[in-house]
Amino acid sequence: MTVKTLIIRTAGTNCDLETKFAFERAGSEVSLLHINRVNEKPSLLDEHQVLALPGGFSYGDDIAAGKILANELRMELGDRLKKFVDSGKLVIGICNGFQVLARAGLLPGPVTRDTQQPVTLPFNDSNKFEDRWVYLRADSGKSPLINKGEMIYLPVAHAEGKFLTKDDATLNAIRDNDQIIFRYVDRDGRTEAQYPANPNGSVDDIAGICDPTGRVLGLMPHPERHVLPTQHPRWTREGVKPEGDGMQIFRNAVRYFV
Amino acid sequence: MLWQIEIALKPGQLDPEGQTVKSEAEAIGISGIEEVRRVRVFVIQTELGREQVERIADRLLSDPVVDRYAVGEPVLDESRSDLQIVQVVRKPGVMDPVEASTLKGIADMGLRASAVRTARKYYIYGSLAAADAKRIGEKVLANDIIEHLILGGEKIHEITTGSKTPFEKLVVPLLEADEGEMERISREGVLSLNLAEMKTIQDYYEKLGRNPTDVELETLAQTWSEHCVHKTFRGIINYNGEIIDNLLKQTVMRVTRELDKPWCLSVFEDNSGVIEFDEDWGVAFKVETHNHPSALEPYGGAGTGIGGVIRDPMGTGMGAKPILNTDVFCFGPPDYPPHKLPKAVMHPRRIMRGVVAGVRDYGNRMGIPTANGAVFFDERYVGNCLVYCGNLALIPRDGCEKAARPGDLVVVVGGRTGRDGIHGATFASVELHEETSSSHVQIGNAIMEKKMRDVLLVARDRGWYSCITDCGAGGLSSAVGEMGKDIGAEVDLATVPLKYDGLTYTEMWISEAQERMVIAVPPEHEQALHELCASENVESTTLGRYTDSGRLVLHYQREQVCDLEMDFLHNGVPRLERKAEWSEPALKEPHLPAKTDYGEDLKNILGSWNVCSKEWIIRQYDHEVQGASVLKPLVGAENDGPGDACIVAPVLGSRRGLVVSNGMNPKYGLIDPYHMAASAIDEALRNLVAGGGDLERAALLDNFSWGNPDKPDRLGGLVRAARACYDVAKAYGTPFVSGKDSLNNEYQVDGGTIAVPPSLLISAMGVMHDVTKAVSMDAKQPGNLVFVVGLTKDELGGSHYYDIHGELGRNVPQVDTDLGLRVFTALSRATAAGLVRACHDCSEGGIAVAAAEMAFAGGLGMRFDLAKVPCSAEAQEDAKLLFSESNSRFIVEVEPGKVEAFCDAMTAASCAQVGTITDDGTFAVTGLGGDTVIRESIIGLKESWQAPLRW
Repeated sequence: MTVKTLIIRTAGTNCDLETKFAFERAGSEVSLLHINRVNEKPSLLDEHQVLALPGGFSYGDDIAAGKILANELRMELGDRLKKFVDSGKLVIGICNGFQVLARAGLLPGPVTRDTQQPVTLPFNDSNKFEDRWVYLRADSGKSPLINKGEMIYLPVAHAEGKFLTKDDATLNAIRDNDQIIFRYVDRDGRTEAQYPANPNGSVDDIAGICDPTGRVLGLMPHPERHVLPTQHPRWTREGVKPEGDGMQIFRNAVRYFV
Repeated sequence: MLWQIEIALKPGQLDPEGQTVKSEAEAIGISGIEEVRRVRVFVIQTELGREQVERIADRLLSDPVVDRYAVGEPVLDESRSDLQIVQVVRKPGVMDPVEASTLKGIADMGLRASAVRTARKYYIYGSLAAADAKRIGEKVLANDIIEHLILGGEKIHEITTGSKTPFEKLVVPLLEADEGEMERISREGVLSLNLAEMKTIQDYYEKLGRNPTDVELETLAQTWSEHCVHKTFRGIINYNGEIIDNLLKQTVMRVTRELDKPWCLSVFEDNSGVIEFDEDWGVAFKVETHNHPSALEPYGGAGTGIGGVIRDPMGTGMGAKPILNTDVFCFGPPDYPPHKLPKAVMHPRRIMRGVVAGVRDYGNRMGIPTANGAVFFDERYVGNCLVYCGNLALIPRDGCEKAARPGDLVVVVGGRTGRDGIHGATFASVELHEETSSSHVQIGNAIMEKKMRDVLLVARDRGWYSCITDCGAGGLSSAVGEMGKDIGAEVDLATVPLKYDGLTYTEMWISEAQERMVIAVPPEHEQALHELCASENVESTTLGRYTDSGRLVLHYQREQVCDLEMDFLHNGVPRLERKAEWSEPALKEPHLPAKTDYGEDLKNILGSWNVCSKEWIIRQYDHEVQGASVLKPLVGAENDGPGDACIVAPVLGSRRGLVVSNGMNPKYGLIDPYHMAASAIDEALRNLVAGGGDLERAALLDNFSWGNPDKPDRLGGLVRAARACYDVAKAYGTPFVSGKDSLNNEYQVDGGTIAVPPSLLISAMGVMHDVTKAVSMDAKQPGNLVFVVGLTKDELGGSHYYDIHGELGRNVPQVDTDLGLRVFTALSRATAAGLVRACHDCSEGGIAVAAAEMAFAGGLGMRFDLAKVPCSAEAQEDAKLLFSESNSRFIVEVEPGKVEAFCDAMTAASCAQVGTITDDGTFAVTGLGGDTVIRESIIGLKESWQAPLRW
């Protein structure tokens, strides 16, 4: 079976081509479409198994990162998206895509009409955009995209990525429900990492979460920027590995359906 | 009605922006601030009722987790006695993309609003005087060129937009004007046309028997501006009695012509230079300056600088896809005493923060990695900072040619036209002074440019246009004028899409509003083109058509307002004749006493503004978007060492790479611009070779930033620098493919002007067959051997060693191109053969700094012996061997098993084994006398290097 991935782009999306490259390398067919095309014909969603929201600055991140696109998705495609997830398909939001999923209420989920958004990703504690590499530990086996216990090395590149919940009850709920997929750790795999290991001040070192089904994943770091060995910042020291750490996420997405 | 919505972070939520404002206020000496909280203000004009406006505030504008909001009233308590409120509102006409996005969000919710205005409101708590709050407003929060400061909590009462002005065709009484009158017309109109040019225009209109219209005169001024035609470089120069006819052709362009490389696909004729990349692609490169706008409004100036240079490759050939940005800045020292600042000049620290933020926000939003650059600090840049922005882009090899055809339509794509950026091209020829403040500055909208880029690449691949160019300096005037140069063009200005009412027809024509491109569309593709643009929410408008009349004709409201011959417009400018002189300055070498320990000197150089770590800047740029990065700007064990060149592999999945580097040495220019330029070329190529590139497929760009060319000494220096460009690039076999000059970088102060140091930036790009052969600069393995390649001479003139001791010196580094060529060629081959484990370019601070950087970037120690360094007889002193900045040198790390092969490969170059990499974390240097002259821990050295810009 050929797995088909839909990557949605809009004004300001800018990680779409490398995300397409990663999915294609993993063996997926990819449609890269402007959101206007999907709004015009929402049934396009049904033709795909994976929906990816790539990184960038959708609509300039005006008002708040991902906010305008989240609002648009909720208003135009809300029910379709819910059906998409309920039918056993996968959604991944990377960086700006994660911000969109959180602000659209798809994460941490479950999606119900008109729920107050319970988590957010406001400005980094450092008050600036930062591009740096971080270690991530997969702390849950709930997402089919990563095996529990894996430690991977990816770059973050954002100004707004500090994961926060509206209260402790929300945090405890996603914790108890095994929805924390990625935590920032230090080089030795320890949590409670200080800046810069935790690059933005996220609560509980949270870098990525999934919904209760495990099929919707959002993360701030960029797996699509570490699929080739020469993307590693220290490949000239440590040697050329067969592939980058992020590749397994795309491979697992395809494998999930095969 | 107007609804004011205020949004604040909930109590207890960290306010990072408030904290930054507090620390910046403290940095300018304001004390007593307890806390600063920021409030976002949205003013919405709508017929909606309170309930729906509350819904907008709740669902769209605020974040339910961290924010709270209030509609129609202040969100924070304004009655506290320890509170000062400062509000910042953009001036009417200054672009704010948030307003359009907010309107879209409201529409997506199924609601309607007619206008939105945003503002920022700062609550400053503590015991400070109202005057201090005002100072924070002026010095930290707002720039009065684009923003309006309101002290206190007052509400915003109106959303002003432009109002229509009645049309009046203006004719300039030029035929009757005497010389004084002509100069007045030029000066008051910011035309920057000199008397000879005004007279040429007068003669032309005399023959026509009529006076010019204002828009005709403006069009001539834009097209004839220094910015657009490089009158100085192409003019006639009397240099110390020798006549130089067209300096550009005699030097920079001559190299390219004589070398005649088959892989140069488009040079000096389009908006950027193009070389061959692989079978399918060429790579275009352009570097521009945006100096004056950045001095006045650092954020907007630098942002539109990068935005503008991105449009150059986009407007080269049939259009290229941007893949990499570069940035080089020159500022006054960040610790410059505030009381010494000339009036109306911003503090260098504020300029630097603004410029970095401007480049960051534009480049990051466009999704283009910014991965190569440099920063230089010097007091002479206080009144006149330099901001160089560069862009590289991939272009289909068969798409490097273009031409508009008669009958094609003139179509503008992208942003609307506003009153922003009037006279940018002619303003570039004016010296800055305290009263310079005007509409020359704009705020960019990167997202507009990104979506415009998205549709244009599709239109290009579908063959829907025959020509494209950017709408940069001179606006539509330059873009349409240039595309129709050989044929003719007719435009109806009433069709120009405007941001707001109130523009005159001349303003529409010369506005430099950002994010616009002009294309020539054959009529059969017009509809498809407009549909494509509309399908991605990009505006495109047909303005007129290209003709075969040889004339530029403009209409407005059924009247003809311009009728100019293209030939006069493009070829009528009289050639400039200028005088240039150069004489060697009376300088001498200082006598600094020899020392037994140079550890402190090394730390002082590492901690100097020019050498210290620029990580604070680099990390704010997304240097990895597009996934192409191979050698990043920060390298080493902790990803924080200073990389030399950057390398990208822009075709994902292919190993073919592009090496990009730069070289610049303004301090050398104070001694001799010739050697400054020669050294800059050597440095750019050195960086390229250090990373694994070679000279075989390397090309150069020149960007001169100079003082006023009417002053013979300034122009004399320019001649010398240009001649070095010819000599050195020719010897190295590396053609120039593009360049630009920015003159008049002087700041008028009481009784004189301050000129920037002669500042030539050389950018280099090279093609690499296999990026897995790349080498980074960090030391890799204890036990590996350290080599110095190249010859060290007695060349401390303009060095950092002299600089930390307050000296300039005389012995400026020169370039021995015979030796340099041997060194570069041999080292490139050794690297390609896998014999080099690490390689670092040896430049600012000499061998000591380069070796120390290598050691601490690798987290390893290093030991080496100065007695083994290849050197000239005059350089036989510890300080000279440590700190001389002689060109064409590298520090190389080689594995023990490869030493023999490496030495064999390097026989033609000066090369010697000088030491080893160690695991003891110590950087130790043995002097000529056999004693240790430096012994420092790499942790301490790294700290000296990282501390200054750890902002």
